Amino acid sequence: MTVHADYRLSQLAELEAESIHIFREVAAEFEKPVLMFSGGKDSIVMMRLAEKAFFPAKIPFPVLQVDTGYDFPEVLETRDHWVDRLGVRLVIASVEAAIANGVVVDDGKTSRNRLQTGTLLHAIEEEGFTAAFGGGRRDEEKARAKERVYSHRDDFGQWDPKNQRPELWSLYNGRIHAGEHMRIFPLSNWTELDIWYYIGAEEIDIPNIYFAHQRRVFRRDNMLYSESEHNPLRRGETVEERTVRFRTVGDITLTGCVESNADTIAAVIGEIAVARVTERGETRGDDRFSEAAMEDRKREGYF
Amino acid sequence: MAGPSMDLLRFATAGSVDDGKSTLIGRLLLDSKSIFEDQLEAVEMTSKSRGYDYTDLALLTDGLRSEREQGITIDVAYRYFATPRRKFIIADTPGHVQYTRNMVTGASTADLGLVLVDARQGLTEQSRRHAVILSLLRVPHLVLCVNKMDLVDYSEDKFNEIHAEFTSFATKLAIPDLTIVPISALKGDNVVTRSQDMDWYSGPSLLHHLENVHVASDRDLVDTRFPVQYVVRPKSDEYHDYRGYAGRVAGGVLKPGDEVLVLPSGMTSKISEIDLFDKQLDEAFPPMSVTVRLEDDVDVSRGDMICRPQNAPQPSQDIDAMICWMSSTPLRPRQKLSIKHTTRTARAMIKDVQYRLDVNSLHRDLETKELVLNEIGRVQLRTTSPLLCDPYEKNRTTGSFILIDEATGVTVGAGMINTAS
Repeated sequence: MTVHADYRLSQLAELEAESIHIFREVAAEFEKPVLMFSGGKDSIVMMRLAEKAFFPAKIPFPVLQVDTGYDFPEVLETRDHWVDRLGVRLVIASVEAAIANGVVVDDGKTSRNRLQTGTLLHAIEEEGFTAAFGGGRRDEEKARAKERVYSHRDDFGQWDPKNQRPELWSLYNGRIHAGEHMRIFPLSNWTELDIWYYIGAEEIDIPNIYFAHQRRVFRRDNMLYSESEHNPLRRGETVEERTVRFRTVGDITLTGCVESNADTIAAVIGEIAVARVTERGETRGDDRFSEAAMEDRKREGYF
Repeated sequence: MAGPSMDLLRFATAGSVDDGKSTLIGRLLLDSKSIFEDQLEAVEMTSKSRGYDYTDLALLTDGLRSEREQGITIDVAYRYFATPRRKFIIADTPGHVQYTRNMVTGASTADLGLVLVDARQGLTEQSRRHAVILSLLRVPHLVLCVNKMDLVDYSEDKFNEIHAEFTSFATKLAIPDLTIVPISALKGDNVVTRSQDMDWYSGPSLLHHLENVHVASDRDLVDTRFPVQYVVRPKSDEYHDYRGYAGRVAGGVLKPGDEVLVLPSGMTSKISEIDLFDKQLDEAFPPMSVTVRLEDDVDVSRGDMICRPQNAPQPSQDIDAMICWMSSTPLRPRQKLSIKHTTRTARAMIKDVQYRLDVNSLHRDLETKELVLNEIGRVQLRTTSPLLCDPYEKNRTTGSFILIDEATGVTVGAGMINTAS
């Protein structure tokens, strides 16, 4: 990253400085923070920023993963690698266990993605976490454009978009009552491209499914999905092998991939720089259900 | 596209739907290719279903469902776009509902403020109000866009009239850098490229100005201010004696070897190292986040400020500030609140409301002894412990604070320090 001769920071260095400031502020003011780690590129960048914020000390909070049971094995591998290297405690909130314990109800129609919300809120309450870092970015989606860096959640984990606290300068208000928690979004001002430039500049280890690889896929609703035991084929769908990569990484049943030959960070950046469709629009089945899909899930307490 | 070494400009826009603000933002996003096909398609579909003749670019920025239903923008929204020269963050604030609260919020982090007026109407109470708020928040650069020039036949006289009126009004405000551009957001005139229909205008297009306005010098590189955020103590065998003070540089340039004064203790030491992760830096300046190590084992904790022996902020419990009130319960004398200033939190009591400022006329109402929602006024307060203050006009970081309601935990006020004694 560049520092210009006339005391200018590059935009990437400025974003990094802002995010590090947020991590330290939360560690200083909250009793029990946790980092929500999905294994996706955004949460890995969060891990890197947290590592930098407290170095040479260890990250002073655990990481929490909501295990849908439908996660990509490559993603879990990367997660374990990061957790080992940084020596942090990993808390796993399992959707399977939540279903078994009656915390959430699997009616066979609700997606695992949606069941994550109840599982997550239960884990936050059980462990008594008061602040949860999430990798959400404001450029992702219209509802997220209005979210604060510190996003207050009530006793039910709900977000109230009409009643958000004003957020001024870099003075964050971390006041919560017992039972409430704060979602913290240190990547608020990053764009998809910034994330990729940072991964490149910092040589960050991310799951290899973000790069072009051969995969057995099928087409559904104009998106390419990975062949998986969790995602049975419907009538008329056929599996074929394609060269693809993932632009976002979530639940295997809902995350589509794109045809791509981009097998290096530079090639991925080249591809995104000319991309004409948003990453969520292109590869996330969960945001396509309605125009306000993300807004509804956020109100309920989604990431 | 946003290269890794380009710099960043944060700007705030204000105006109502009628001024064409959303159309302008839509135009900037579209012409800089920051709009994606799926977003544009969604907007085209909505425009068609509502029976519009053209694609309503304003729909691109209406985020929440209740806003789409009511056709208004409720809250500050942040937008991102980049050109080969710069990355931009727009704080997009609505012009009507809760305008002061939202605009103050959007302007607090902005390097530049963008005010729109409709060329047919000229300056309105609202455009004056926007300029006043931007100047109160010490946003260093202001751009006035005279929009809808296509509807006044691209008239130079009309533009000059508005130009003269605004320039004369601006002399009453603290606006170090003012640029006025005639545009048509709908047609794209002077937004990204120079207009063919206004050859009498020799200035830059709006985007050209945004890409080139010099913002690095807006930061204070003289007065060293380093509020300590967090003390890094690894307590590991490898870094047994490591003790670092983490924070974000709020002013000045820090270098190893610098003599420093730590407030409020008053102890002095020298900087031994400045760390950024595993690297040692030769210098650190705003807005870098670094970890400072000192030569001596002095007692430093969160809320302390590292500065220079001959150049320190004023530790004070009596503060005179402009406050923007953001709660529906009025601010009154004797009210007790929590105050957060840099990395310090204390309690504060309102001693006096000196006057309420009319943001339309700049008139000072000395009769009022309270501030209601969305009002700005000059207030005296007393804090339980000293804050390490600078005047806001000198430093936007060490001169600002927020007020928090102790019962609800909600942010109810934003303060800009005039003087501390």
